[in-house]
Amino acid sequence: MPSFLRDEKVRGILYQIITIVLFVGFLFYIAQNTAHNIEQRGIKTGFDFLNATAGFDITESPIPFTPKSTHWDVFKVGLLNTLIVSFWGIVLSSLIGLLIGVWRLSPNWLISRIAAGYIETFRNIPVLLQILFWYNVVLATLPATRHSINLFDTVFINNRGFFMPEFVFGPGSWLIGAALFFAVVAIYFVNRWAKKRQEDTGEQFPVFLTGVILLILLPLLAYFLAGRPITAVYPELHGFNFKGGKTYTPEFLALLFALSIYTATFIGEAIRSGIEAVPKGQKEAATSLGLSPLQQLRLVVLPQAVRIAIPSIINQYLNLIKNSSLAAAIGYPELVTIFAGTSLNQTGQALEILLITMLTYLLISLIVSLILNWFNAKMKIKER
Amino acid sequence: MMKKLLKLSAIATLATATLATAGTLDDVKKAGVLKCGVNTGLPGFSEADSKGQWRGLDVDYCRALAAVVLGDASKVKYVPLNAKERFTALQSGEIDVLSRNTTDTETRDTSLGINFTGVMYYDGQGFMVPKALGVKSAKELDGATVCIQAGTTTELNLADYFRANGMKFKAITFDTNDQVTKAFVSGRCDVLTTDASGLYATRTKLANPDKYVVLPEIISKEPLAPAVRHGDDQWFDIAKWTRNALLTAEEKGLTMANVDDAKAKSTDPETRRLLGVEGDMCKNVGLDKECFYRAIKQVGNYGEIFERNVGVNTPLKIERGLNALWTKGGLQYSPPFR
Repeated sequence: MPSFLRDEKVRGILYQIITIVLFVGFLFYIAQNTAHNIEQRGIKTGFDFLNATAGFDITESPIPFTPKSTHWDVFKVGLLNTLIVSFWGIVLSSLIGLLIGVWRLSPNWLISRIAAGYIETFRNIPVLLQILFWYNVVLATLPATRHSINLFDTVFINNRGFFMPEFVFGPGSWLIGAALFFAVVAIYFVNRWAKKRQEDTGEQFPVFLTGVILLILLPLLAYFLAGRPITAVYPELHGFNFKGGKTYTPEFLALLFALSIYTATFIGEAIRSGIEAVPKGQKEAATSLGLSPLQQLRLVVLPQAVRIAIPSIINQYLNLIKNSSLAAAIGYPELVTIFAGTSLNQTGQALEILLITMLTYLLISLIVSLILNWFNAKMKIKER
Repeated sequence: MMKKLLKLSAIATLATATLATAGTLDDVKKAGVLKCGVNTGLPGFSEADSKGQWRGLDVDYCRALAAVVLGDASKVKYVPLNAKERFTALQSGEIDVLSRNTTDTETRDTSLGINFTGVMYYDGQGFMVPKALGVKSAKELDGATVCIQAGTTTELNLADYFRANGMKFKAITFDTNDQVTKAFVSGRCDVLTTDASGLYATRTKLANPDKYVVLPEIISKEPLAPAVRHGDDQWFDIAKWTRNALLTAEEKGLTMANVDDAKAKSTDPETRRLLGVEGDMCKNVGLDKECFYRAIKQVGNYGEIFERNVGVNTPLKIERGLNALWTKGGLQYSPPFR
């Protein structure tokens, strides 16, 4: 053996070089082979198809879409629908998760059992089955259009979805927005003042109550001052379906419920473990300061618990976004269903479309984890 | 999730398939079994019965092809595929032939790396609605919600038809025919649309077939044809002439029952060539000259296949119509065996 090979360091580097060469060679071989096979079979390649007319329609789209739109529009609609359902899924699952996590530790036997039952049931059933359950069992048993459940002639529920009034903002609506903004600013200053006063004098001020009153009163005042500019468009039965107002389709609702309820179990567990990780002394100290149980939770326990729970909650958010691709099972038009599904099949360009789709998910997940990691770093205890 | 895995694995096979592929014929002979892509479940065309036996018009084509190539109509491995998976499965070599009520179109033929062999069933797209809706014509469907299978020509025709007639619709798309049917029955949509044959087939599966009507309009041409991979001309020829043999057999009045008799006694030159008594049919594509005789003997002629699976005496009750032989006013026509 040549002498330099006896050097452990040199050998280590050599092994790494060999590994990299083999790996790159393997990738090159795969790429070559694919290109060859595609050419031999006369399969169309390239990204021109993105500008071709799609020719099909999409059930629900946040941006205008007609069969004359292109496959690039299909991608945009799919992406937006993925983001919409993920956003509401994250909001809803966080709320349910927080509630369940706190309930789980409640000294009340019934409440803690309910929370435990909820968690053990929903986290142990595959989420795809839950989506199918909500879609095929719960929502499909709702009445037909003509026998809709009618709530005060404003909200209608049937097996085509939830139909709600939509608000139309007339001229002068900006005044209400301004009032809302002003209320928020006011609350900020009240809060600051109250804190300072408490530190100076020890007297407490009902900040929460004042905030709620400000938030309701100011916009309401603006609403009447501006001459009631907001009107509602009510859904009306017209031919086959309800028209006007806002519609939430069974596909969207089934996916949203299933994802939120499933993910909430993991968030609940993360919060519970976060709360349990807060040293008991903290709570005892809070008690000795005379804080009520609710105050203890809000001011002492939760801020520390959330800090511990954040990393695993980030994971759950990412899982929720990726799980939204299971919508293909029930036809909610998100990225995988329409772009990596219908578009792929109509154009036959599997390679390009799957590549775009995978990169998109990667990008969404990276952005979300970037934001949340930044948030995590900001929330960490600053040790001095 | 499974779908995605399947698609990924299909691409992976596309990537790793050996550079120098032998012909499909050699592969099939070596494997001793024909891998045939069929519908996951469409009565009359491709459906597994209670014993797990596949039956239907598309299935019988696979059997005929297996009889031609392997000498035994039962040597078929059926691969049930939904509309979205079918082309990738063929491209990647997971199946040798796709016989799955697939419409021959220009785009598919030229850009997917596949070739359509010859029309097995002339179809057209229609609509089915619940009787209670009181709709008599497709022109009255403005504003309707339509259930449809993803990745089909039907999906595109639907948009074209409503656009051409200045009507609006909402399309709810699903992966498989079963999901579409379930959604339609549960009232998620007003209309179910697919090829007319598919509508009749679906109606036989419903609990109350009489509660639904098929509207009179046929809005498109749907020539349903088997397909093979692009670039293997030998295999393409075999697949194409298998279909032609079934048609010619009907034209010449050859059936499962009388084909042996005809083989021994017939004096008609084309019949003699078709059955391998005279000439060298099949030899150029690397098969023995009795190849077509076996298909007719084991599976029957086109007319027999049609009547057995979708004809007037089956639950589907479909008339020959466009699918009658050219001699009887239909479109089914085979080039001569010469």
